[in-house]
Amino acid sequence: MRYLIIVPGGPETESDTIGTEQQLADMQSYQEELLRAGVYVDGQGLHPTAKGALVSFEDDEWVVTDGPFAEAKEIIAGFSVIDVSSREEALEWVKRWPRSCAPGPGQALELRQIYAPEDFDEQLSPELRERERALREAAARQAAQG
Amino acid sequence: MTPPAPPVTDPDDDPDDDPDDVRRTLEAVWRMEAAKVTAVVARVVGDIGLAEDLAQDAFLQALEQWPRDGLPDKPGAWLTATARRRAIDRIRRDVNLRDKLQQVGHAEELRAADLAEAGFDRALEDIDDDVLGLVFAACHPVLTAQARISLTLRMIGGLTTREIARAFLTTESTIGQRISRAKKALRADGVTIEVPSGADLPPRLASVLEVVYLIFNEGYAATSGRDWVRGDLMEEAIRLGRVLAALAPQEPEVHGLVALMEIQASRTRARMAADGSPVLLLDQDRTRWDWSLIRHALGALDRATQLSGIPGPYVLQAAIAACHARARTPDETDWARIVTLYDELARVRPSPVVDLNRAVAMAYAAGPGPALAVVDRLVESGSLADYHLLPSVRGDLLRKLGREEEAREEFRRAAAMTDNAAERRLLLERAGDDGPVDP
Repeated sequence: MRYLIIVPGGPETESDTIGTEQQLADMQSYQEELLRAGVYVDGQGLHPTAKGALVSFEDDEWVVTDGPFAEAKEIIAGFSVIDVSSREEALEWVKRWPRSCAPGPGQALELRQIYAPEDFDEQLSPELRERERALREAAARQAAQG
Repeated sequence: MTPPAPPVTDPDDDPDDDPDDVRRTLEAVWRMEAAKVTAVVARVVGDIGLAEDLAQDAFLQALEQWPRDGLPDKPGAWLTATARRRAIDRIRRDVNLRDKLQQVGHAEELRAADLAEAGFDRALEDIDDDVLGLVFAACHPVLTAQARISLTLRMIGGLTTREIARAFLTTESTIGQRISRAKKALRADGVTIEVPSGADLPPRLASVLEVVYLIFNEGYAATSGRDWVRGDLMEEAIRLGRVLAALAPQEPEVHGLVALMEIQASRTRARMAADGSPVLLLDQDRTRWDWSLIRHALGALDRATQLSGIPGPYVLQAAIAACHARARTPDETDWARIVTLYDELARVRPSPVVDLNRAVAMAYAAGPGPALAVVDRLVESGSLADYHLLPSVRGDLLRKLGREEEAREEFRRAAAMTDNAAERRLLLERAGDDGPVDP
């Protein structure tokens, strides 16, 4: 089962620096550890919110608010995806997150399970299910060719 | 309105303290740590069987202490430290072991325990090599295939004897005996956790990959009994494969095996109909394949072919599987390429089963006539006399050639040869079915 680890951001991730040498090295070691354990799927960091935007839907219209949106309650600074055999294992991996990259006071790493294809078997109508699969198939083919 | 009362902290409500949660966490941590703990101890005590005993002792101690005292702060480090302490105690107590350590050059004098402490620190630095070496030892050709499988699942996968027994539909005592005999055999043969090199490497690596693939296949298609898929073993094998790919990234066959397993696993949900009956590859609903697995597999296959000189058997099998994965519909399958890949496979690993599969591909690339000629030669050679897919394939070809009576006879013959209930039902259906021809 696949899990998403969501990394919260703060003032330091909102600056244009990508982290200290130590943090980068620690994060690399962590990802290498995930890889050697056969559980690594993906892991990425995000640019400051200044380069992003908030897009809301108000009065039947899309409203774009350019970043930064640091005053917003929760900013995401990055994410990792792991493929593990149990929720307990996922939690154990989160607890091994490098200390130097641990979230600040009042913040937390967030662990969320990603829906698997079989989860859709129960929830989606047959028609939507087929479309969902066709979409994933097409996306995978595109990725495989590119 | 009164403000909500502050939450009352009841120690019994702390999820960390619930014994069942703690046990589940321990099992998860053990799966993550078993190989490392065993490898480090094996490096220091020089005996893989003893290392496995000591690692199991640490696990059992955790099983006793954690549910009672709560989870340690760093569960992984706790397990390593406990196994290490037990190893040092053992070295202090056991004169024979001390002598042996001195013989193998681990210690020059009686202060072996102190030297072992230093050995642990060194071993922890080279943990990747030690784990890889342990994989090679668990899959050593001196052991039977069954022993290699059990030992690998236990030492590398961190599965309990009970879990292994359940997966292989046998008893705990059978697996326990198998593991203890395997450990004795490794000791008798003086097998160490050195990573083989030079001319030793290819056959030893082949043995490792074979074990991983056997574990996968055990999960993929139980050869007898009613379960068609025992998924946990498939997942475990894929995880082992990915671990190997990270530890030995320069070996194309490792990536080939990962790709092969992932593509096969991607079809799990498509290869069984709602009523539990098997669905053949070309009849499968391709949208039911797991496309994130296929994506990963095609990436692994790319890495393998970038490394490869002459592609090995796993890379070639993965390339064949990838031909199916890349075809949007069965009609778009590049059968000519598949025939070529089977030719190459027959060169690097000649086998009548490969010849049979090649004949199936030929039937699509060149028509059923030439394919039947190949199959008839296989029948004459007698090499696949007990293999139910030989009459099954022959039946397919005869049916395509309009030789219906002979075709049915072959399907009936095939049905009588398989122990798998689901497969037998499918074959009997085809023996009696005048309906549309199954490709």
